[in-house]
Amino acid sequence: MQALFGQLLIGLINGAFYAMLSLGLAVIFGLLNIINFTHGAQYMMGAFIAWFLLNHVHIGEWQLGYWSALLIAPIVVGAVGVVIERTMLSRLYKLDHLYGLLLTFGLALVIQGLFRHEFGSSGMPYQMPSQLQGGLNLGFMFLPIYRAWVIIASLIVCLSTWYVIERTKLGSYLRAATENPALVQAFGINVPRMITLTFGFGVGLAALAGVMAAPIYQVNPLMGADLIIVVFAVVVIGGMGSIMGSILTGFGLGVVEGLTKYFYPEASNTVIFVVMVIVLMFRPAGLFGRER
Amino acid sequence: MATTIAVTAPVRAGSNGMLIATAVMAIVLALAPFVGIYPVFVMKALCFALFACAFNLLLGFGGLLSFGHSMFLGTAGYVCAYAAKSWGLTPEIAIVLGTLASAALGAVVGALAIRRQGIYFAMITLAVAQMMYFIYLQAPFTHGEDGIQAVPRGRLFGLIDLANPYAMYYTVLAIFLLAFLFIYRIIHSPFGQVLKAIRENEPRAISLGYDADRYKLIAFVLSATLAGLAGATKAIVFQLASLTDVHWTMSGEVVLMTLLGGMGTIFGPVVGAFVIIALESYLARFGEWVTVITGTIFVVCVLAFRRGIVGELSAWWSRTRS
Repeated sequence: MQALFGQLLIGLINGAFYAMLSLGLAVIFGLLNIINFTHGAQYMMGAFIAWFLLNHVHIGEWQLGYWSALLIAPIVVGAVGVVIERTMLSRLYKLDHLYGLLLTFGLALVIQGLFRHEFGSSGMPYQMPSQLQGGLNLGFMFLPIYRAWVIIASLIVCLSTWYVIERTKLGSYLRAATENPALVQAFGINVPRMITLTFGFGVGLAALAGVMAAPIYQVNPLMGADLIIVVFAVVVIGGMGSIMGSILTGFGLGVVEGLTKYFYPEASNTVIFVVMVIVLMFRPAGLFGRER
Repeated sequence: MATTIAVTAPVRAGSNGMLIATAVMAIVLALAPFVGIYPVFVMKALCFALFACAFNLLLGFGGLLSFGHSMFLGTAGYVCAYAAKSWGLTPEIAIVLGTLASAALGAVVGALAIRRQGIYFAMITLAVAQMMYFIYLQAPFTHGEDGIQAVPRGRLFGLIDLANPYAMYYTVLAIFLLAFLFIYRIIHSPFGQVLKAIRENEPRAISLGYDADRYKLIAFVLSATLAGLAGATKAIVFQLASLTDVHWTMSGEVVLMTLLGGMGTIFGPVVGAFVIIALESYLARFGEWVTVITGTIFVVCVLAFRRGIVGELSAWWSRTRS
């Protein structure tokens, strides 16, 4: 029983990362119509910035640690994203969407190659922040505080993103621009700037996930490379039509994966892909998607 | 979909130029071992050239970007290596079995993937390929990280000993040229024309009475089969089938070869494969820089060089002639 709850918890944690990453992909896809292959590399960059801040940056006595990384990493990586969007992606909007995929794939190779050259491919440990060490004994299982924090924090991030997009004025502009950018621009809204900031935001979300992942997984240059493929499968399963759909699918598939690890560990690597195949057979548009 | 991906250079059916160029290519490749070019390098490049041509059939002429073509290369490699080593079959039968395995996989994956279009198609093929990767990682017959090693080259048709480097070389060359002509033939057949019509405007092709999904599926299976032929041949040449061939980086590599050489051109993938393989063997000692440079080529191609080497050359050629 202990083991089952343990795997469920790990599943929820993985699900939290799937949700945050697929959410970012969905927001970017909605407005830019590209799939950001660099997302995994940007998640990795977030983790590396957290590691760098913790180990190499001191301001006097005060050490920049985990909490500041939660703010700094998304801003830095988001800014890099803005530069990428302005200098490269914006040249491709008139072309087939596939070119955006190819460009971001190339960028991911460059970023991962540079980090591997600099840091090697072995993982680097990241010290958990002292406030979140230790755990709670719930009777039926032991709950490490950090893991509980990751689940709650990512839920808050996901739900506030959902709120901003679905319930605020800014979000309504965003949704309108997704439907018909030319019309929204005619109303005097600066759509190109909105596109740039949306890309920066989606990428920042990936970096935030990276910071949160740093104390759980080893920080290493390829940590995002395989993860992003799983997230693609999550996106196909959920369909990119709805924000809430991305969140639910992300967490749900994390749990499915955790349960598989408990009941049939051999299939734990493949279960999400198998789910994708089944969903494609019966609902090609995805669980929450619409054909477009 | 995919109107802008059609950076196709005009390819005239049955034009003399194409036949002459193909003949020149065949003669150059046939003479290559005698002018001091390392045969193993050419054989490797030929396997990848065939792989890229198969991929180009799908992307350049069908407008479908598969990001999981490594699964066909790898599956055929494993089946061929297993048949040659564990069952002791002759190389030609092993290669045929490997190719058929990829064809079967292509039929299943294709039927699934053509249910979605564009970006989703790419993501689905990538995800299925990753699933196959994990299956091969865990399946006992592939020997996991080690791969199937020391695959015997055997005797072709029970007669010709492929341990002889020249026999091996000309066998690979023959397979490549036959497959290349086959692809050329497909592209210029009525089937190829309908495929191009679907790429340019799918709703219109459907309204003209063509069953677009069926054409796309056939193109997918053909592409998977030919990619399998490349993988099976590669397994015999290098006497090895390993996880490298099923990994997603391999899928990315074939996209790069096609993009760099010129997608939608006949010779583009061949040129792209030779350039990339030469670059990789030259850069092998620089370690991680290979990935960085490969990625940079990707970015440069997409931003500034979308027609690829052959596409740019033929565009230049038609400009100077007019």
